[in-house]
Amino acid sequence: MTAFLVVLVIILFGISVWQMSRIFQLAQVKPSIHSEIASDKDNNTNGYLMMGFLAFMYILAILSFWLWGDVLLPESGSEHGSKIDNLMLISMIIIFLVGILTQWLLHYFAFIYRGNKTKRATFYADNDKLEFIWTIIPVIVLAGLIIYGLFTWTDIMNVDKDDDPLIVELYAQQFNWKARYGGNDNTLGEANVRLIEGVNQLGVDPADPNGKDDIVVTELHLPVGRKVLFKMRSQDVLHSAYMPHFRAQMNCVPGMITQFAFTPTVTTAEMRQNDKIVDKVARINEIRREKSVGLAAAGEEPLDTYEFDYMLLCNKICGISHYNMQMKIIVESEEDYKAWLATQPTLSEQLSK
Amino acid sequence: MSAHAQVHGVEDHHDDHGHHHKETFVTKYIFSQDHKMISKQYLITGLFMGVIGILMSLLFRLQLAWPDHKFTIFEIFLGKWGTDGVMDPSIYLALVTIHGTIMVFFVLTAGLSGTFSNLLIPLQIGARDMASGFLNMVSYWLFFLSSIVMLFSLFVEAGPASAGWTIYPPLSALPQAIPGSGAGMTLWLSSIAIFIASSLLGSLNYIVTVINLRTKGMSMTRLPLTIWAFFVTAIIGVVSFPVLFSAALMLIMDRSFGTSFFLSDIYIAGEVLHHQGGSPVLFEHLFWFLGHPEVYIVILPAMGIVSEVMATNSRKPIFGYRAMVASILAIAFLSTIVWGHHMFISGMNPFLGSVFTFTTLLIAIPSAVKAFNWITTLWKGNLQMNTAMLFSIAFVSTFITGGLTGIILGDSALDINVHDTYFVVAHFHLVMGISALYGLLAGVYHWFPKMFQGRMMSKKLGYIHFWVTSIGAYGIFFPMHFVGMAGLPRRYYSNTAFPYFDDLADINVVMTIFAIVTIAVQVVFLYNFFHSIFYGKIGPKNPWNATTLEWTAEVKHIHGNWDGPIPHVYRWAYDYSKLNKDETDYVIPGQDFIPQHVPLQDNEDELDH
Repeated sequence: MTAFLVVLVIILFGISVWQMSRIFQLAQVKPSIHSEIASDKDNNTNGYLMMGFLAFMYILAILSFWLWGDVLLPESGSEHGSKIDNLMLISMIIIFLVGILTQWLLHYFAFIYRGNKTKRATFYADNDKLEFIWTIIPVIVLAGLIIYGLFTWTDIMNVDKDDDPLIVELYAQQFNWKARYGGNDNTLGEANVRLIEGVNQLGVDPADPNGKDDIVVTELHLPVGRKVLFKMRSQDVLHSAYMPHFRAQMNCVPGMITQFAFTPTVTTAEMRQNDKIVDKVARINEIRREKSVGLAAAGEEPLDTYEFDYMLLCNKICGISHYNMQMKIIVESEEDYKAWLATQPTLSEQLSK
Repeated sequence: MSAHAQVHGVEDHHDDHGHHHKETFVTKYIFSQDHKMISKQYLITGLFMGVIGILMSLLFRLQLAWPDHKFTIFEIFLGKWGTDGVMDPSIYLALVTIHGTIMVFFVLTAGLSGTFSNLLIPLQIGARDMASGFLNMVSYWLFFLSSIVMLFSLFVEAGPASAGWTIYPPLSALPQAIPGSGAGMTLWLSSIAIFIASSLLGSLNYIVTVINLRTKGMSMTRLPLTIWAFFVTAIIGVVSFPVLFSAALMLIMDRSFGTSFFLSDIYIAGEVLHHQGGSPVLFEHLFWFLGHPEVYIVILPAMGIVSEVMATNSRKPIFGYRAMVASILAIAFLSTIVWGHHMFISGMNPFLGSVFTFTTLLIAIPSAVKAFNWITTLWKGNLQMNTAMLFSIAFVSTFITGGLTGIILGDSALDINVHDTYFVVAHFHLVMGISALYGLLAGVYHWFPKMFQGRMMSKKLGYIHFWVTSIGAYGIFFPMHFVGMAGLPRRYYSNTAFPYFDDLADINVVMTIFAIVTIAVQVVFLYNFFHSIFYGKIGPKNPWNATTLEWTAEVKHIHGNWDGPIPHVYRWAYDYSKLNKDETDYVIPGQDFIPQHVPLQDNEDELDH
């Protein structure tokens, strides 16, 4: 009997424990969340990853400057270029400040307010004062940039004829550049593609007296310190005359003459002495030497040693050899320039040949 | 043909009891007039085009990183243009041209706006379908046709269009100038003309639907921001796409009928052409009159999606709803008067350049307001890190980074030296390419259960996809700014012709490696997407606890969306975490959101948003 009672008590005790555990189980709020919806754990992990991503962005920016800061263009070789560089620097500083701050806010908020069952979001629908503040601050900053930018732009684009600029035509065709100097009268002869014939490849009007002393060349020489007014023409498709070291660019448009003017301030010889350029050229030659080793092993010609020169590139897609449409630019003293020009035949000399 | 005829026979109106028609395979899956099916058609076509566009970028990134290396993959994909694994310069230009065209028009316009406008406009405004289901169907099939024509152009003998996606004449007008301007360009122009027709039919439909078919109580100020964005996007499309059509038409005439709209004084291949008096600058004006609004056609729907996803997952109202709407309108208006900033150095009058600098920097203001409002939406939220939310946060990040460099490019004086360099490429890829793609992906992850009858995408795969993509995208495009500021022009097949740029080689390699990884991880997305269509776990009816009407519609797709009567709307779309008058609990106890169709409760204050 006793044994029976003991067994009964044990069984009843067992049942009651089982029942209690059932009650606890049922009383507990079951995690009702669906497995493909973010759980608190996901919120947590991704919140931390957001901070990790912020770090990645900052590190990427710092690394990029550290590794590649020296590929950027050197100081401008033209007078107006320093104004552009200045404006660029100011804009960049603003951009970086705003970028660093807003990215930090964005990712930090994503981290600190990562979701949690126990949290409650704040119902915060609007605040006119705040919105006014972040409307007016961009207005003021941008107004400053616009005014600075527009003064610079007008300054660059308006050519004062009283400066007596050297007139040079840049003539674009698939896939090379030619330059035409106005000659002694510094005036270009009229030209049209319909007059292209034989050696007169630029279609200069033979009847125009201004054109007689024009000089056509395939290497651009510029005297330092004198304003140059480029008149651009294209004979076939759109091209763009891009001279990155002078912060100069203008499209060449068939059917119209476009223009851009700048004053070169640094001769080619001086630019070759520029610290940045010296470093860059050394680096490039190192790369070329390494490549040449590979080429020599394959039985091919090694690469030439590189020496810095200003260059004119085509910067508007113009056809298959767009990537290799270039002209060398040499900035030199007035005397050197004149001596060089004197050796070049004039158009009338070329035509009478 | 009989199946096609049947489509016209189907009655297009419904009574409030959700009357259904017998549907055949053809009317249900092919020539469907149901906005939900059309939306899926847009999405899958867009994704298909996206795969092609992105694979093209992989090919030219390989070329840019290792110009001397021979890749068998070039021979496989490019055939005669990749003989012995060396990429032909003309096919390089074709690849960048078609990559741009496909990504801008076929993926980010049709794939983004087409998918989500179709899916969400009727569902979120409480309508049974679009105003015209038939026009909607025609719109999709015209898009499909234009995609086919564009893909067909890849196989013509002289190669596809290769004058850049901006197809400036005379290069695009003269087959003598570049081989791709022959049959390839003809097909490109035909494809885009059809695309424009598709886009116009779609846009008109969206506009009419939003204006006329909103359910009772859905005033314009109660519309979710998605709908505002789609609505305004459609208006911009209607205003600007016809201008591109006229430009394309004039270009076709110059090419085929000897007119001189854009051509003058041309000497090419040893002879003078008869064209006289036209101007390529005119084409640039016409092109960018569409081209610039186009970038907002791409980004505004993404902004709408991000606003919606962010509010839902922050469990907070979007901050400054009215300012968000106002900035959408301001951006839309300004977007039509800034096109000239693509043309500062085109030869147009410098004074005009000043005007466009002014309007361009103005557009930064509403953009800044939007960015600040998104950040504030996160503030003191209870952020649910679903994949869509992560992409929305990343959208704000890339939009800020890409947008800020716009301050440089929009400034005419600064544009001189970075115009058409890789700086521009980096800028627009971040601000409109990557950002809009993030918007698209956020939308796909968020509304996938709505599209595919309650099935959900895997969140684990989503997280992998997101984190690798977001790191990769910055890894590609942040270093690219340096290449641009070093002075390297875009659209160069190789920069080996300029020893000066030799030291850019390792940056190019870094960018390409990031590109390969980023492209590879998209396979995870594609797998997740297609696998989940068939095997995704069925989720709750309203998986993200959102307030908008689409989650009240039937999970199973029925023509007419709601089985019973259409719900009426009593509040705006952002009553997340709203507290009762005593601030003791949420208005609906234990539930942190109040759907739009729930009437105003006794225990809550009516707020004016």
